Amino acid sequence: MRRILVGIKRVIDYNVRVRVRPDGAGVVTDGVKMSINPFDEIALEEALRIRERGEADEVVAVSVGPDETQQQLRNALAMGADRAILVKSDQRAEPPVVAQAFLKLIERESPLLVILGKQAIDDDAGQTGPMLAALWERPQATFASKLELKDGIARVTREVDAGLETIEVDLPAVCTTDLRLNEPRYIKLPDIMKAKKKPLDVTDLAALGVDAAPALKVLKFEPPPQRQKGVMVKDAAELVAALRQKGLV
Amino acid sequence: MNRILVVAEHLDGKLNAAVAKCVSCAATIPDADISVAVLAVDGAAVAAAAAAIQGVARVLLVRNAANEPALAAVLAPQVAALAAGHSHVLGPSTTFGKDLMPRVAGLLGAPQISDVMAVESATRFRRPVYAGNAIATVEAPPGRQLVATVRIASFQAAPAGQVAPVETRALDLVLPTHTRFVSVSADGSDRPDLQTAARVVAGGRALASKENFALISRLADRIGAAIGASRAAVDAGFAPNELQVGQTGKIIAPELYIAIGISGAIQHLTGIKDARTIVAINKDAEAPIFEIADFGLVGDLFSLIPEIEKNL
Repeated sequence: MRRILVGIKRVIDYNVRVRVRPDGAGVVTDGVKMSINPFDEIALEEALRIRERGEADEVVAVSVGPDETQQQLRNALAMGADRAILVKSDQRAEPPVVAQAFLKLIERESPLLVILGKQAIDDDAGQTGPMLAALWERPQATFASKLELKDGIARVTREVDAGLETIEVDLPAVCTTDLRLNEPRYIKLPDIMKAKKKPLDVTDLAALGVDAAPALKVLKFEPPPQRQKGVMVKDAAELVAALRQKGLV
Repeated sequence: MNRILVVAEHLDGKLNAAVAKCVSCAATIPDADISVAVLAVDGAAVAAAAAAIQGVARVLLVRNAANEPALAAVLAPQVAALAAGHSHVLGPSTTFGKDLMPRVAGLLGAPQISDVMAVESATRFRRPVYAGNAIATVEAPPGRQLVATVRIASFQAAPAGQVAPVETRALDLVLPTHTRFVSVSADGSDRPDLQTAARVVAGGRALASKENFALISRLADRIGAAIGASRAAVDAGFAPNELQVGQTGKIIAPELYIAIGISGAIQHLTGIKDARTIVAINKDAEAPIFEIADFGLVGDLFSLIPEIEKNL
């Protein structure tokens, strides 16, 4: 079975304006819409396209998170994943913990490819993909904007600072997605009904033998320093004069 | 003493300007002894440039034919080997560092702190989360190795002006061959680099076409600026992906940032908040970009850009 594992993280929705709680212990989450991390949606879409091209047989959506993450995994199943696995964690799961949980599932599932988002838009850490590749001792292709599979090799175009870089990696491998890899499909109502019948296995970190304790302690959250609103100028001449006065042009 | 290893990014024999910023960050860690690791084919010029950065105690040069072009899977085991005896391993928060450093952390079994923007102690750091909508203070476990990436927009480059010793290190490692470089496409222009430029002119969706985006390039060239773009402009194909500024693109801190036809989505503002002076030009007076701009100008960019050029 040629299998693809896809990482799904439950995060505050992209469109929500995140605010720090007054006590500094976190950000406001009460009544806030939660969604699949946008980069993970792109990862899932890519896996589905590979399966639809006949280059893989099964797509498995995997998440490490609280019980509520079942909602996001149901959405992943509605998008087209064949089955889902939730590894329950009641505390904040750090990238090294998530990478270890994925490693355990890899041993069980023997995937051809693991596709993850390049970062999650909550902690913006961007660590899980390369950490997993290191633990698995397999290649990594990060920040992918194009992914082609052929003869046991993935050819991946990566969005790097210099432009677009293309590399080849032997499979199995870890790939992380950038924004322009694809545009994820919309879920249709019949797909939501169908997804209810698809298997969603629930396990937890202890059952996988992974130590859930985070190494890093987040001591506090603060709002960022605000920039002061400046002045409006009336025309181009006034703007250039102002910049010239500050020695900027 | 905190022994800090800074991993050097370089290309075509030139040291990336981000390295001097990583050294600045390393120097704010109390009681720092800073080594810079240069992994290269030859590396003599890069090592000399790194040795000149004030605050660097020594350069560790590892020569290997497999080291260029840089591949994280090839470099990571070498960095992990060099990291022995170091308390901190730092790399820049560029695509090079974001690709490499978590792989190093994975090999070392060490935690990583991404995008360090301030150092409070050898174990306590500040970093942005939620697209910069919150700043987290994070404590690493004492007595354990720590990997970190440095948010380069938060640090001034340490100046050059010294000569530290360069020690050549031979590493007895079998490097993986499962990852192979094929090609890289770059625009090949001689404009300043977006991430380290003193001035940046950026265009957004309102440019309306790739052809019109040339107005941005023309103004940028006129004032010696790098070019940036909003995600909307990149998604629409007006500008290449490497010019994207924002949460998922580049985080920059130029002296002057001119945003033209960019409304100012929060993800974009995250990328420019540390700019010294922000100028916004937009036809919508209600655009959020004006909330953080030092100078705002409401009007049609197609007539305003030529007028600005006339006044320069």
